[in-house]
Amino acid sequence: MSWNDGRPGLQPREVVVVLEQFLQEGRLSALLWEGCQQQAQAACPELQDNLLNKIVCLPEHVSNNLQGKNPPVFFPQNYFPLLGGAVLQVLQQISDSLRGGLDCSISFVSHVLGKVCVHGRQKEILGVVVPQLTDLTRADCIWQRICWRLVECVPDRWMEAVVLGFVQRAPGADVLSRLLGNLVVKNKKAQFVVTQKMLLLQYGHTTEVLQNLLGYLSLDNLRRALLLRVLQELLETWGSSSAVKHSPPEQQLYISKAILICLSHLKETEVESCRQELLTSMMEGVKCHLDSSLPQLRRLGMVVAESISAKINTEGPVLKFEYEEDDETRELKSLLVQTPPSCVVPSLPEDETLFLVSAKLGVRLQQEHRSEKTDVALPLVPESNKKSHTAAPVVPDEESEAELDSDDELVPYDMSEDKELKIKAPVYIRDCIEVLTGSEDVDKWEATVKALEGLVRKNPAATREVSVELAKILLHLEEKTCIEGFVELRQRAQVAVLTTDPIPVTKYLTSQFYSLNYSLRQRMDILDVLVLAAQELSCPKLHGKTKHSGAQKPLIQLLPGSDSSKDWRRIVDERIQSKTRRFATGQSQVEVASSPNKFNSVAGHFFFPLIQHFDRPLTTFDLLGEDHLVLGRLVHTLAVLMYLAVNTVAVTAMGKALLEFVWALRFHTDSYVRQGLLSCVSSLLLSVPGERLLADMAEELLETQSWLGDVVEKDPNGDCRRLALHNLLLMENLKKKLEAVPS
Amino acid sequence: MALPPPDPQFVLRGTSAAVHTLHFSCGGQEPDVPVLFSGSENGFIHVWNLKTHRVDTALDGHGRKSVYCVETMGGKDRLLSQGRDQRICLWDLAEGRTSVMDSLFTEHVGFCRCSLLKVAPGRWLMATAARGLEEVQVLELPSKTSVCTLKPEVGAKLGMPMCLKLWQLNSGSQPLLLAGYEDGSVVLWNVSMGKVLSQLICHQEPVMSLDFDSEKARGISGSSEKVLSIWSLNEQQNLQVYKTQELVNAGIADITIRPDKKILATAGWDHRIRIFGWKKLKPLAVLDYHTATVHCVSFSDHTNPRERLLAAGSKDHRISVWSIYTQT
Repeated sequence: MSWNDGRPGLQPREVVVVLEQFLQEGRLSALLWEGCQQQAQAACPELQDNLLNKIVCLPEHVSNNLQGKNPPVFFPQNYFPLLGGAVLQVLQQISDSLRGGLDCSISFVSHVLGKVCVHGRQKEILGVVVPQLTDLTRADCIWQRICWRLVECVPDRWMEAVVLGFVQRAPGADVLSRLLGNLVVKNKKAQFVVTQKMLLLQYGHTTEVLQNLLGYLSLDNLRRALLLRVLQELLETWGSSSAVKHSPPEQQLYISKAILICLSHLKETEVESCRQELLTSMMEGVKCHLDSSLPQLRRLGMVVAESISAKINTEGPVLKFEYEEDDETRELKSLLVQTPPSCVVPSLPEDETLFLVSAKLGVRLQQEHRSEKTDVALPLVPESNKKSHTAAPVVPDEESEAELDSDDELVPYDMSEDKELKIKAPVYIRDCIEVLTGSEDVDKWEATVKALEGLVRKNPAATREVSVELAKILLHLEEKTCIEGFVELRQRAQVAVLTTDPIPVTKYLTSQFYSLNYSLRQRMDILDVLVLAAQELSCPKLHGKTKHSGAQKPLIQLLPGSDSSKDWRRIVDERIQSKTRRFATGQSQVEVASSPNKFNSVAGHFFFPLIQHFDRPLTTFDLLGEDHLVLGRLVHTLAVLMYLAVNTVAVTAMGKALLEFVWALRFHTDSYVRQGLLSCVSSLLLSVPGERLLADMAEELLETQSWLGDVVEKDPNGDCRRLALHNLLLMENLKKKLEAVPS
Repeated sequence: MALPPPDPQFVLRGTSAAVHTLHFSCGGQEPDVPVLFSGSENGFIHVWNLKTHRVDTALDGHGRKSVYCVETMGGKDRLLSQGRDQRICLWDLAEGRTSVMDSLFTEHVGFCRCSLLKVAPGRWLMATAARGLEEVQVLELPSKTSVCTLKPEVGAKLGMPMCLKLWQLNSGSQPLLLAGYEDGSVVLWNVSMGKVLSQLICHQEPVMSLDFDSEKARGISGSSEKVLSIWSLNEQQNLQVYKTQELVNAGIADITIRPDKKILATAGWDHRIRIFGWKKLKPLAVLDYHTATVHCVSFSDHTNPRERLLAAGSKDHRISVWSIYTQT
């Protein structure tokens, strides 16, 4: 053992030269081969251990001794591929000797492989070994056995790294199956890694890795039992409300992918055997996913539930949700239909029968369809006959023949302009009220809904007379007919009423938000309207514009549809960013248009009634309980109102109330609510003047700061972490600014 | 490419109220000028000179209550008018006179126009909705003697009569009455016997107007719905549905078949006049001129078919006069 640096006499540099020569002449494989000899292993386990250690840690040793001035061959990225090559050579030798009828042990190589992998050099060594083994095992069962043995002999403590490396690097499930054999069945550790750790505890692996892994499980009957167990465990996690609430969305996406891949591997008979379990877990899972306030999670739940339902109900009705397709759902669905190409060969007979069955079904369907068609077509013929029959007795025959072409001498004029008449909308606000409350005339009702916003904006005085009544009608207005953009039209009218007569209408709306017998939708509508109106009032330019152009839309649609959390996020983020920059450069912003901020006098009316009653549950409405979606919206609304209240008189009082509110809810389990709270803190920091913050709520802010620190570190939701970080930065900037002022 | 629909030949303005009824009298020989009578909401009957397109006379006989039916009896000197003052007036307009000769108090409060039928020279039958809600009264004019009162059977629930059409197959034969009712049905009455011959439910809504072609034994009716109903009368005097014709917009105020039975015109609530071929109900033209509901359409009785006119009166105070399909 010439590289033992403990020995005096040889300079490290000389040793390295010798070693370099040793490596370059390919002596490493000889060394490994030596280790593989049965008698060597039996002789001295200590020597074996030492040898192993030296082989694996050679780059570190060399570089430690040479203080980083080591030759390139000792760089890990060069050394470990070299080692990989040596491993392959040894395996070749083993294969040869096996064919020669000689026994030999592979465990030393396995040890080397395991130790290298656990040292984090999977990429380098397996990058060489796996492609070679893939080729060698393709048609040779001895090589396959060697390879299986190679992995099986890896000690448990290194097994995870090796298995992980193989799963990540195998080009397909069939290759993985050739390389690993039934390792997961034989080795408990490998089983744990494959069926638990990689699926349920980690979530960073790519979809290809998942496909490899689950495809591998599906390719052998012994392993299929594991596949079923894995599916059950995955579904358990997917359907657990606590997991849905507390685990990051990324992990839930990962689990959903795994479930879908599992489903794609299931056979009819297997589905049959666990149909009931699948159904139960689907029901539970879909319930807690739909309960989530994050649109992404809801959609995940829907996609997975649809897929399970399609799998277990081959005939009969299938669950179908309405959601917008995006890249993620498309990717998820592709996982379900796609069967990895490797699977095609072994499972061909099944596929064929499946295909045949479906083909037969198709034929039957077609036939049914055709017979239906003819059924439909048949009565048509007599009908037309009937017509001419009924006509015949009325009009004498000769006459009817005579007049056959008699209308033809009258040449019709162009009638393309003959369209349906548009109904005139009412011209007075009071007429609108009448139409909206009592009219049976659907056309008129539609025209009124469309015209209302313009009318309200044109006649502020007339609107003020009936503002609360109008607000009430609009709040309760249901979609009678299918008007395009009804929700938006109604919302714009509501905003128009609210901005025309803010104080009574906000009083009405905020009181209704906390009263009985409203649907969640209506309560959220109230919030949306308050936000949009506040935005319009606080933004003089926008208001002027809409006033001039009558019925024109407000320029910014803050809350389109139901799933607006992204927009919220985006807007708040943009604001935070723009503001952050402004603080940093120290420039003061100058308002271009100078007109009084109409929000100033009414900001409190928007804000305080909303924040007051959140902790008093009603029989039909429990914000702190199951109606957390509305709570989330409320919190976001408060954040926006806070932001819009910048430069108003009430802002300090609002900020103080808001901070208390945030403090009370800071440990809410719903990440959407937490995001809202963090937005609240952001807008608070941006809106309340720095001096007031320091004077009136310094202690609360310190508390908040420590909470933010916790969120940044511990929150499972990435958005929350990011927002908290933003807030901390804002606080930091604020502190700097305040420090800069006195100097 | 089909021709665009024609513009009005001319437009008569100056009634200063919605026009509810029109009646031509153009059959006279030269030097008689053709005239058009119009009845409007302010109670005036205007006599329009169709040569000058000006009002010759304005008759005020209904106490400023809406006039909704104008008919001539014989020449243009004898006029019958019906108004919302619940009166039917008979006018003598000969030699420039403008006096009400006779009048009849119908006590009917609806909008049902009366129907006239000349049964003998100097003798007319007139059907009008009467005091009883569901009743129709038939009188002889000018004697004003009541011929009969047509009452639906008890429990028939037809509602008020909405439109009437007196006719006979040929002079001397039994006069018959077609009446459209509030419940959407059209009923054929035998006037002399005072009983129902046939009843047909043509519409779901009240029948607003009907016209009947006795040669073809076929009639047409319109209601507030989007559909025209064409029905026929067989030898057993049974009414049966012949066909229905879909419309683009709902609501028909008036239907008139041209005297030569070739085309018909409808007055629509959608401000449009529609022309159909009568034989096959082929849509021929949509005349879009008015800016409010068209209340009435009327064809002229010119002896020369080429001079024939169509007039339409509308809520927009105007009377549009059209020359359309005069070549056939």
